[in-house]
Amino acid sequence: MTTANNLVQGLLLGGLYALFATGLSLMFGVMRLVNLAHGDFAILAAFLALVAVDGTGVHPLLTLAVVVPAMFVLGYLLQRGVLNRTVGGDGLAPVLVTFGLSIILQNLLLELFSADSRGLDAGAVEDTSLALGRLNVGWFPLLTLLTGAAVLAGLQLLLARTRLGRALRATSDDPEAAQLVGIDHRHAFAVATGLALATVAIAGIFLGIRTTFSPALGPTRLIFAFEAVIIGGLGSLWGTLAGGMVLGVAQTLGAQVSPGWGVLTGHLVFLAVLAFRPSGLFGKPVTT
Amino acid sequence: MSTGPPLLRVSGLDAWYGDFQALFDVSVLVAEGEVVAIIGANGAGKSTLLGTVAGLLPRTAGSVTFDGRELAGMPAHRRVALGISMVPEGRRIFPSLSVEENLLVGAQARRPGPWTVAAVLELFPLLGDKRRRGGSQLSGGEQQALAIGRGLMANPRLLLLDEVSLGLAPIVVRRIYEALPAIRAAGTTVVLVEQDIGQALGAADRVYCLLEGRVALEGAPTELDRDRIAAAYFGVRA
Amino acid sequence: MTTLDPDRADPTQLDGAASGAAAGPPGRVEVERATMASRAGAVVALVALVVLATAPLWARTSVLRTLIGFLTLLALASMWNLLAGYAGLVSIGQQAYIGIGAYGLYWLSDSAGLDPFASVPLAALMAAVLSVPIAVLAFRLRGGYFAIGTWVIAEALRLLIANTTQLGGGSGVTITAVSGYDRQTRLYLTYWLAFAVGVGAVALTYLLLRRRLGLALTANRDSETGARSLGVDVYRVKLVVYVVAAFGCALAGAVIYLNLLRIQPDAAFSVNWSAFMIFIVVIGGVGTIEGPIVGAVLFFVVQETLAQYGSWYLILLGLIAVAVALRARHGLWGLVAERTGISLFPVRRRLKLPAPPAAGGSR
Repeated sequence: MTTANNLVQGLLLGGLYALFATGLSLMFGVMRLVNLAHGDFAILAAFLALVAVDGTGVHPLLTLAVVVPAMFVLGYLLQRGVLNRTVGGDGLAPVLVTFGLSIILQNLLLELFSADSRGLDAGAVEDTSLALGRLNVGWFPLLTLLTGAAVLAGLQLLLARTRLGRALRATSDDPEAAQLVGIDHRHAFAVATGLALATVAIAGIFLGIRTTFSPALGPTRLIFAFEAVIIGGLGSLWGTLAGGMVLGVAQTLGAQVSPGWGVLTGHLVFLAVLAFRPSGLFGKPVTT
Repeated sequence: MSTGPPLLRVSGLDAWYGDFQALFDVSVLVAEGEVVAIIGANGAGKSTLLGTVAGLLPRTAGSVTFDGRELAGMPAHRRVALGISMVPEGRRIFPSLSVEENLLVGAQARRPGPWTVAAVLELFPLLGDKRRRGGSQLSGGEQQALAIGRGLMANPRLLLLDEVSLGLAPIVVRRIYEALPAIRAAGTTVVLVEQDIGQALGAADRVYCLLEGRVALEGAPTELDRDRIAAAYFGVRA
Repeated sequence: MTTLDPDRADPTQLDGAASGAAAGPPGRVEVERATMASRAGAVVALVALVVLATAPLWARTSVLRTLIGFLTLLALASMWNLLAGYAGLVSIGQQAYIGIGAYGLYWLSDSAGLDPFASVPLAALMAAVLSVPIAVLAFRLRGGYFAIGTWVIAEALRLLIANTTQLGGGSGVTITAVSGYDRQTRLYLTYWLAFAVGVGAVALTYLLLRRRLGLALTANRDSETGARSLGVDVYRVKLVVYVVAAFGCALAGAVIYLNLLRIQPDAAFSVNWSAFMIFIVVIGGVGTIEGPIVGAVLFFVVQETLAQYGSWYLILLGLIAVAVALRARHGLWGLVAERTGISLFPVRRRLKLPAPPAAGGSR
């Protein structure tokens, strides 16, 4: 019975992981750029929400209205000002620059907020759950999953149906040819990063409500996001949701066996996918 | 043929790929409504010239003016908004986009004009039933038609065609060139780069021949005979 | 100054010094390796080597321990430089091998009863063997995803060991096998091991480069295609470099913990090791042999003077690394070398162009 519950918990956790993974997947899809500071930006968003809540007393979920646009702008400026110089060329620069950013962000947050664990108090919604037969489904984890799915759907729609989406896809195919049809590829890249940071901000705030957070938490979030993307398969946004769910289930069931084995089980499942099905569960075949 | 100030004026253009100088003191004039062909052997600098006008080459010296306006330093995407559209060598349609989406993205600059998806499909009927197909699923000729259509969707005043015959069967090339009169009729000026001298001479009002980065010959097709062209093309000194 | 595109997979790289191409005999092109400046540099390096080799004779215990830290960090940085600068593999998971080296040392000496000093290379060998299947897995990822993948593997190892009670679990282990040696002998032996590892690592990168194994592959796929077209088995080159780097990092890791004696999984497998390696090499100069040396010295100086400021010093390091990665691709040593043409370890072959008919020479 606990296994069934944990299974459900894991699936719901997958929603949170999918939220984290979406931005990472988007940036890689459009620019082949992996942002090693991705998780740290989520934590930054959580802290921004904390400041907003402490300052104005609003409900944490309401801070989304301010933090998400702010993070979009931050992502846009980051890409435009710094990361655009690292796109293309050898793969060294983006890794180095974003790794450096990660260190800078973590330590900046450390200086500003100290290493203490913090939380975003969302009140009743955090603790209530839905009873489905013998299963306990927490309201907030359910909300997280639905939000994750909604974000994915929204992004999918954006890419498939809108003028901006077409421009992003064209730029990702061939930045130079995109320029020839009038697309400012530097702007397109920056929009992609803005969207990535906006989604990871949602993830960060939901994380902060669900559990505690501290400045050093970013890197593990990056790792989970990355594992979700790889397990699900590159090139598939819905695969990322599936990947997140597989990871979530692996972690919760692993922790059920032994508390120290939760995260490790997730790593092992990731490594197994890498070993036996490198293109991921739903990804397009790997071309080397 | 029109008289009046040239639509495109290239003066004393030098252009580099990294450390390699590809163009030396190139000067070209294109009047509005003309079709001008640039011919020359491989490596003569034809595509470089077109790329410079389109705004893709970062390092140049000399002047390129469009409708009297100096283009130096203007990024490529802004030139599209001005009215310059290039169909690049090798087609380079977007594989992730469908045929229709490739055309729609061509209108990114939102310039007013006669070219719409419907108008392009009328010009190239072979694309009609393939609207929803992925860009990469087309044959070479269809891709070329699509690339030209995409370039037209920007409603340009100046259309640059880079080696549209490359890798295509002669009958396909003929059909592509059959579309040219309709493009002219819509008021578009065309500069085309061609390896196929026959097609170039047949389609153009005037011809420039490049040799090793310099202009070796210029004139109307009627003025130039085979020997002069061959001499300019291959660099044979009489 | 004549420079060629650095992405070209050409083992013979032409170097243009600011002083201009040297004029050789008219009509003939000669290839030379050393210049006046580099000969002077070699003398300096030799003196430094002698000083370091004899350190136990003139240095205090605390200085020796600091030098051990410096030399092992230099070895680690050289390995990361080898991976990133010559094979285009950007790894943030080398701490996996530091940990394997440390725990291998413990297991061989404390559990299996072997001599601790002899266990160091054996532990490194274990790491090299383990690195092969790890490489097979990791090489399925590219670029930034490869980087994170190496990190995940290190994390998996950390958690595995933290969950293994025979290896001390989360609280760690202490190496007791050295108690058979008296303190001074232990310190001297550890020091000379560190010296051998540090110098050896630098020498290894020099040798590999000379043997044309260093094809300056970048993480960019195009350079791989270029190399492949020259008949190079890119996968094998990368694998060899990866295994060598694993061996080197494990050697360094074993010596580090031979010195510290207390091993905890969170420390041995910490990503901070990668951060230090990256900072040192990037700031010193990726792809150069002198770079890690310059970077390690700088890092140590900065650490000694600024560590008291805690997080601000790390922020500063991060900012410098980002600035260098964006602006000065070849780091501080790259800036110096470009201005002066100095090369302590001349592996780049320089062309002596024939004296041109008119003055002016190369563009």
